Amino acid sequence: MSEHKAGSNLEKVLSAGHFAFTGECGPPQGANVEHLIEKASHLKGVVDAVNVTDNQTAVVRMSSWAASLILLEQGIEPNFQMVCRDRNRLAIQSDILGVSSMGIRNMLCLSGDHQSFGNHPESKNVFDIDSMQLIHTVKTMRDEGKFLNGSDVDVAPRLFIGAASNPFAEPFDFRVHRLAKKISAGADFVQTQCIYNMDKFREFMKRAVDMGLHEKCYILAGVTPMKSVGMALYMSKQVPGMDVPQSLIKRLRGAGKGKVAEEGIKFALEQIEEFKEMEGVAGVHLMAIEWEHKVPEIAERAGVLPRPVV
Amino acid sequence: MIVAESKPIKEILEMVKDFKKILVVGCKGCVTVCNVGGAKEAAILASTIRISGKKEGLDVEVNEHTLERQCDPEYINELKDVIVDYDAVISLACGVGPQFLSERYPDKRIFPGVNTKFMGGAVEHGVWEERCAGCGACAIHLFGGLCPIARCSKSLLNGPCGGSSNGKCEISDEVDCVWDLIVTKMMEQDRLDELTVFRPPKSWTTARDGGPRKMIREELVK
Amino acid sequence: MDDFKPQIVAFCCVNCASSAAKVAHGMKKALPDNIKIIQVPCTGRIETLHLLKPFEEGADGVYVAGCQADSCQYINGITKAAKRVEQVKKILEELSMEPERIDVFHMSAGKGQEFVEVADRMVNTIKELGPSMPA
Repeated sequence: MSEHKAGSNLEKVLSAGHFAFTGECGPPQGANVEHLIEKASHLKGVVDAVNVTDNQTAVVRMSSWAASLILLEQGIEPNFQMVCRDRNRLAIQSDILGVSSMGIRNMLCLSGDHQSFGNHPESKNVFDIDSMQLIHTVKTMRDEGKFLNGSDVDVAPRLFIGAASNPFAEPFDFRVHRLAKKISAGADFVQTQCIYNMDKFREFMKRAVDMGLHEKCYILAGVTPMKSVGMALYMSKQVPGMDVPQSLIKRLRGAGKGKVAEEGIKFALEQIEEFKEMEGVAGVHLMAIEWEHKVPEIAERAGVLPRPVV
Repeated sequence: MIVAESKPIKEILEMVKDFKKILVVGCKGCVTVCNVGGAKEAAILASTIRISGKKEGLDVEVNEHTLERQCDPEYINELKDVIVDYDAVISLACGVGPQFLSERYPDKRIFPGVNTKFMGGAVEHGVWEERCAGCGACAIHLFGGLCPIARCSKSLLNGPCGGSSNGKCEISDEVDCVWDLIVTKMMEQDRLDELTVFRPPKSWTTARDGGPRKMIREELVK
Repeated sequence: MDDFKPQIVAFCCVNCASSAAKVAHGMKKALPDNIKIIQVPCTGRIETLHLLKPFEEGADGVYVAGCQADSCQYINGITKAAKRVEQVKKILEELSMEPERIDVFHMSAGKGQEFVEVADRMVNTIKELGPSMPA
């Protein structure tokens, strides 16, 4: 990890040894550039890079590459995302070249939620390649200058490759091996699913560190502050692969009327403090979806401001 | 086997509403095994259409005939003297049947009476599940004898994704997460190393993506 | 509709249902005369097609009379018959006909009174529904 692979701000922050802090912003369900810029403006200077989701939960939104470019124009570094659900390998490789040509330098490679979750469930299911193969594709194009078919890419794309990791999915024992596989395939950094079960995450990190994975890849811990008891219940029951301990739900309930959001933030801040010291954790990925205006406050209270300028 | 499901009666009645002489053709193959298109079901459908005709005051004649299979010309030919009396035919075979009938009897209107769904088998009496997507390049041995192309909702070759819960796929708790089954089996059999091997992108040329397929046995072609 | 005499076909098994019929006869309880009884060795032997045929011939109602679920001589004959009756109910609905035109009843061997009551009940139900086919 000596010479920069892509030269993105996120890469520079991580390789300089700083504790990284990334955020997230979902594009609008329309060509609503104004709203996107307004949402993202809260994150400027407060995070090292902003994840720009790709038709998240299979709901059609402005494309991630377009929203990423808009953020770039605003002086905000995007973390462009691509899911495997909607594109085949031709479109994928084509878009990789496209985004890199326009100055995007981070790319998160994901499977994508099944289209049955979203607002166009009748659509055809692509999944020509899976997220592991997508990571491999970006790496092959970047480091070997080759397309999937072996022919040459005339100018290689420069992208810092990200992947998602879910320590809480089943079977638990396999998750760290899957993370290792993603790293071998080429992941430079990984953002985990949002964490609530700290015991389980500690166990997961212990295994990851034992395997030396933290030395090959930067692992960022996912944090989403709970805004309400309803949100906690929804996430524990309706969101696949999510682990919300009863103790947290109890804590939120006990906070009292009007004070639940603050309690949720307190819990998130406690987590961030622990992650700063946890072996193998290189940073935090804060997903305060549709709560972007709270991020500066959370960042301030978490003591991660000002962000390093590298 | 090919598993199909009966079309709703209303849909079938709508298809044949303008015809006076209808032949329901069953098939003794797969559709008999999954109880949607055999001789029994052909008789039931014929009776149902007659009852409907009587109720609506329509003058309609409906009979049934069941063939050994509807995917071989020699059996399709058997209908040649029977079919002359009818103007509409409802085939209860899988999608192959109505097409073979249409080709052999071009002046008869052929209608599909079932919706062909998948290649699968019975998991319990009366319940059939998809097992094969016909990708044309079988590699189930790499996945502990299970097929992630057919059984994973995302056809992942390097699964699982992070969406399963309690061994069920994110799309429905009636669908098993096949990767959960694969990983559990491999871990129990101490074959974890096989799962950490990177599976490269699949070539879909042998699947339907590559175009309509043909299979030839040279030694049998005259 | 006072002069409407529903034509009803009743499939009765030789065990419980027919025993009940015998008792009814012995008790001199009259069965309505528009009910045609078809005896079967066990209601499990009745195919879905057998249940549809009476409607094809213009019957206004059909019912199956068999044993209680736990006393069927052939173990699950009546259970199978009940499922086929359900299947025909669905077919009738698809044809915009009333599913109440077909039903299944569980008899006990000695209950002659019950046998007649079931027949009467069915006749009344069908009388209210009217003829199954247009005149």
